[in-house]
Amino acid sequence: MSRAASLTPQQREQLFFWQRGANRLFIVSACTALFVALATLVILVADILIDGLPRFSLDFLTHYPSRKPQQAGILSALVGTLYMITLTALLAFPLGVGAAIHLEEFAKKNRFSKIIEINIANLAGVPSIVYGLLGLELFVRRLHFDRSLLAGSMTMALLILPIIIMASREALRAVPRSIREGSYALGASRWQTVYHQVIPLALPGILTGTILALSRAIGEAAPLMMIGALTYVAFLPDSLFAPFTVLPIQIFNWVSRPQQAFSVNAAAGIIVLLVILISMNAVAISLRNKFQKKRNW
Amino acid sequence: MTIRDHKSQQKHQTAWTEKAIQLVLFLCSALSLATTLGIVLVLLFETISFFQEVSFAAFFLDTEWTPLFSNKHFGIWPLFVGTAVVSMIAMLVAMPIGLLSAIYLSEYAGDGVRKVVKPILEILAGIPTVVYGYFALLFVTPLLQRLIPSLSGFNALSPGIVMGIMIIPMVSSLSEDAMYAVPKSLRDGAYALGSSQLQVAFRVVFPAAFSGISAACILAISRAIGETMVVAIAAGQQPRLTLSPFVPIETMTAYIVQVSLGDTPHGTIEYKTIFAVGMMLFIGTLILNLTSHWLRQRYREVYE
Repeated sequence: MSRAASLTPQQREQLFFWQRGANRLFIVSACTALFVALATLVILVADILIDGLPRFSLDFLTHYPSRKPQQAGILSALVGTLYMITLTALLAFPLGVGAAIHLEEFAKKNRFSKIIEINIANLAGVPSIVYGLLGLELFVRRLHFDRSLLAGSMTMALLILPIIIMASREALRAVPRSIREGSYALGASRWQTVYHQVIPLALPGILTGTILALSRAIGEAAPLMMIGALTYVAFLPDSLFAPFTVLPIQIFNWVSRPQQAFSVNAAAGIIVLLVILISMNAVAISLRNKFQKKRNW
Repeated sequence: MTIRDHKSQQKHQTAWTEKAIQLVLFLCSALSLATTLGIVLVLLFETISFFQEVSFAAFFLDTEWTPLFSNKHFGIWPLFVGTAVVSMIAMLVAMPIGLLSAIYLSEYAGDGVRKVVKPILEILAGIPTVVYGYFALLFVTPLLQRLIPSLSGFNALSPGIVMGIMIIPMVSSLSEDAMYAVPKSLRDGAYALGSSQLQVAFRVVFPAAFSGISAACILAISRAIGETMVVAIAAGQQPRLTLSPFVPIETMTAYIVQVSLGDTPHGTIEYKTIFAVGMMLFIGTLILNLTSHWLRQRYREVYE
């Protein structure tokens, strides 16, 4: 590096020339890499819009799947997804936030809490299909929930718990100590402090994390296929123990058929799925922005 | 009752509710341990029962995987190799693109560019995998077939490439975080010695952040191995022992999906195979995740 100092001006000029060249080469290749990644995103969305938009109509949303591709719709999958995600949220939100509060506000920093911490990080990395195997054996076979909405939602809740816990912990950690100390100084107990001061301040962050976790659950197909969510459902689930299907599984079903008309349906189904995901993310982002503006500690 | 008595009673009550609430919260976080325990027990239970019928030798030394046919072979290698080929292709796409992007964003790009590009890159990780499966099967494969006419309609190449695009943000975000955490003083020192910007990036920042960067890459490999829908849709479902990326293959995850689509009765050997395969998947990804966690812990200790 310091070689430049001992060179003649001419040699130095040459060294700088090559250095500038290498620098430019790097910038060009890095920008190409970024361009490839972003262009793929654009192509992917464009491809799906071109394939699916012509098929998209109100009928598509309000019809049941059918053997005839032109009459097939995604009503049962759409409703199934909405039921599944509501139930998953009801199960995962309190459990995840509860665990986060325990770890962040109450747990002593000892070996045990360290183990729980590593364990949660690992659970976040377990392939989703393995959660499907757990759900299949535990909820479907042992607890006899069969291939039901309840079994599916419980599996999904376990899958997204680690994400909710990690996001909630981060939100709780962002609440400054001084607020807790102020509350203690006024005579509040630990739980009163957490409940009345910390949770309200951390709530937007917790909600943002939860919405993002739920949007992960909406896109997952593999675990639900394991627990046996059906691929052909011509009715709406009427109880927690009813069989059901969801959008990604319906899309998978259509993609894996050889007829082109069905893959068009799959593209239209993907558009519905993406619209749901985009709206959920928009809510999450606006929550985050609102939170950041208000925060003035 | 005097006011004092009332107050102490109230205090007593609060202490009691506090304890109860803390217990409930503790149970919530203990659920995560129960989940891990549940996964391990379920997999172990069915895997042991599998190995009571099939010997270790038949599982690890045979080269054919045909549990769903009448002439049953239980050699796991075709699934291992299929998984490895797809994951390798994915990493060949994700590593160069992800690392170049990360270095550029961390060392070259201004804050404005970073703030715009990083979230857009992260969208790639938020798209459902079934969408990538559609894209691989119906867009990338036909495109590749124009370049490689012998390419089969189902193959390892196309889902591998698409999976690589999908995990770019895993590589780039985590590596960028690691490089961003390298203290400015190290960069300043290198500049003071006459280094160029490129030398600082590659000879100072990259090595300093190396454990974080390898943690990111290992996590991405783990994600590629566990990824299911892209391969289930676009790689075909033909377990064959080959390194060729141009023919239909089957990965471990795709096999599990294939069995779940059929109506396999509980207790049969076909049913048990998915847990044995799931066990291999779980152990493999667990080792990778733990390694990644350990590496990340290390760079945190050094710089934070």
